[in-house]
Amino acid sequence: MILPWITAAIILVALVVYAILGGADFGGGVWDLLASGPRARRQRELISEAIAPVWEANHIWLIVVIVLLFTCFPLAFSVISIALHVPLALMLLGIVMRAAAFVFRHYDVAGDPVQRRWGQIFAWSSIITPLFLGICVGAVSLGSIRIEDEVVLTGYFGPWLRPFPITVGVFTLALFAFLAAVYLTRETTDPELQEDFRDRGLMAQLWVAVLALLAAFANRADAAAAQLLRGVWPWIFVVLAVALGVAVTYALFRRRYKWVRVLAAAEVATIVIGWGAAMVPYMVAPDLTIQEAAAPPHVHLLILVVLFVGAFILVPSLIWLYRIFKREPIFEPVERERVGP
Amino acid sequence: MDDVLFARLQIAFSLGFHIVFASITIAMPLLMVFAERLWLRTGDREYYELTKAWAKGTAILVAIGAASGTVLSFELGLLFPTFMRHAGPVISMPFSMEGFAFFAEAIFLGIYLYAWNRISPRLHLFAGVIVAVGAAFSAIFVVTANAWMNYPQGFRIAEDGTFTDINPVKAMLNPYAIHEVAHMLVAAYLATGILVAAIHAFILLRNPQSTIHRKAFGLAMAMTIPMAIVQPLVGDLSARQVARFQPLKFAAMEGQFRTETHAPLRLGGIPDLDAMETRWALEIPGFLSFLGFGRASAEVRGLEEWPREDWPNPVITHVSFQIMVICGLILLAVALWAFFHWLFKGRRLPDSRAFLWATVLAGPLGMLAIEAGWTVTEVGRQPWVIYEVMRTKESATPMPGMIVPFLVTLVVYLGLSAAVILVMYRQIRVGPGRTAPALAAAATEGRAL
Repeated sequence: MILPWITAAIILVALVVYAILGGADFGGGVWDLLASGPRARRQRELISEAIAPVWEANHIWLIVVIVLLFTCFPLAFSVISIALHVPLALMLLGIVMRAAAFVFRHYDVAGDPVQRRWGQIFAWSSIITPLFLGICVGAVSLGSIRIEDEVVLTGYFGPWLRPFPITVGVFTLALFAFLAAVYLTRETTDPELQEDFRDRGLMAQLWVAVLALLAAFANRADAAAAQLLRGVWPWIFVVLAVALGVAVTYALFRRRYKWVRVLAAAEVATIVIGWGAAMVPYMVAPDLTIQEAAAPPHVHLLILVVLFVGAFILVPSLIWLYRIFKREPIFEPVERERVGP
Repeated sequence: MDDVLFARLQIAFSLGFHIVFASITIAMPLLMVFAERLWLRTGDREYYELTKAWAKGTAILVAIGAASGTVLSFELGLLFPTFMRHAGPVISMPFSMEGFAFFAEAIFLGIYLYAWNRISPRLHLFAGVIVAVGAAFSAIFVVTANAWMNYPQGFRIAEDGTFTDINPVKAMLNPYAIHEVAHMLVAAYLATGILVAAIHAFILLRNPQSTIHRKAFGLAMAMTIPMAIVQPLVGDLSARQVARFQPLKFAAMEGQFRTETHAPLRLGGIPDLDAMETRWALEIPGFLSFLGFGRASAEVRGLEEWPREDWPNPVITHVSFQIMVICGLILLAVALWAFFHWLFKGRRLPDSRAFLWATVLAGPLGMLAIEAGWTVTEVGRQPWVIYEVMRTKESATPMPGMIVPFLVTLVVYLGLSAAVILVMYRQIRVGPGRTAPALAAAATEGRAL
């Protein structure tokens, strides 16, 4: 049956887009927390200005993922909701606190301790969400969640509170921080700030590489380990991701910023798609496949029709949004105002 | 206390928190678009400043609404996984469409808030219109999904308990959705309108000369008045639909224990489960039969007809219903006061201190009515999560210790509520028109950690 494969692929695409857009917004929070040096204040301002117009739209991709999951793969949704209740709840805590703290800080009127406190909450909650998102991804791929007759047999902590999912969580955090740093080099014309984020991007890329290796070791060491890297397809993505990683590193190193954004996004997309390819045929390894979790085919068909029609509204809107805000560096510390109609 | 109860309390609390922000998200863009349209037409800079001030407040509240809405979509699974396991595909249409409405809202809100200098005024206004339309459609789709829980259709239950013959289109085209959606949309515009009017009325009481707050008050009342007058009619339609399709919920709402003809409408009162009667209510003979079924001689079925384990909690359902009705009637009175003044006193809103005070006091009642109304819908549907198909306790998560996530939710949302009130207070205190340079300087300073 082909339809569930198509909807599953669309979920993966939505997850990719969430990672390369929404992920970078969370990564911005990491650099807010780690802002340092003589330009710490300007770094924070740049992050805030870069995120503000787009973060809510970027966030919707996660809702798309979750809605497609519970409408098209309801069994996977219920199993994941039960087995990963705790990390998902913590991820949500991060989502809520990040959103609230960001707008409170961005709009609050006075530069006083209250507002500074919101800045700290924004930064810390930006770390929580990628960490636990990665932990959930790690847990569904590891094979530590066992299911029989639609009942989750494993506990509420065991499947995710172990080295591999936690390493994937930290890896996700590093990946999002890497994206944010690379994007931020293109958000400003200020060479000093650009230099700051170039250095941070290079450092984060190194972390991404180290954590990827650590995750591979953690996976090997785990008794439950599902064989993710079997067959040739996952390795193609590994090779591609490494090649892209080298290209981004080179471009950053030589300060050739023209293509860094696209290359970094492509690197992350390759990693997420590679993960998806490695998961085939499972939705929750090793007991729940895409086919087993799928709703009846005509539901998938209806959803595809909705997605097809909706895309005609969505795609032009998104293009307009990004053309307005992301074509050129827009960072200016003081807001200009249009006067008169 | 048991885990199912904590799961229910958690979703109740999450929904109760979210609905305030969601309602504001639906209605505020409309007010902003009105104000901006007036600015473009008249060139009156005060309308521009008003639009900007409202936009800032809206940006804060929408962000909280979007985040708490995300939490809810996860919580459906985290708290009631068996419900979502079966209901997910059936209610797939409204939920997947809601995604797009939500997208439109978020994308164009970003443009609306941040592209003042980057696009033409007409395109900017257009972005605002899309935000308003997207928000309204989000509400329509989400409430449609809720309507299905009250009036489930578009599936069949197989012998092994799974749902078969799923027809998501039929599930969406649900007769119950019409009144629920209408009631909720009107409620959102009404509650937000009166809340905004109350804030500006309060400022006008202190500073009667402020022309910008007078304009704001006028615009908010222009949205409130028609909605407050229409809402009792929509509410009446809703009650008749409930009487027809969910007679048990209707009995609990009205505190009707015995099946009888010429059933009285009870205003106030507390249902007494042991005595099987509603005490201390003001009774209007025959009026409930009339309201529910169009004639005083109609028979209204009482709670006694159903086994006790199928009852919703009559005390919560009845009292919440009374609170909602009383709030609605007070808002209607305020609206009629303004409407007749406008009609007979030279097309002007009343601006006496008495009227401003009435508006201030009525300010929170719209939101209170929304909370009470959702309590009626949701508690009144118990013990079912899908009416007469799946019990709430069968659908809840097997996870133990549900008190912990409940308490975390409680603390986080109470804290955020306090923070929102503080931040909004600080916004309002600064006021519109003094936005740009002073604030930017203050804000820049503030980020110097």
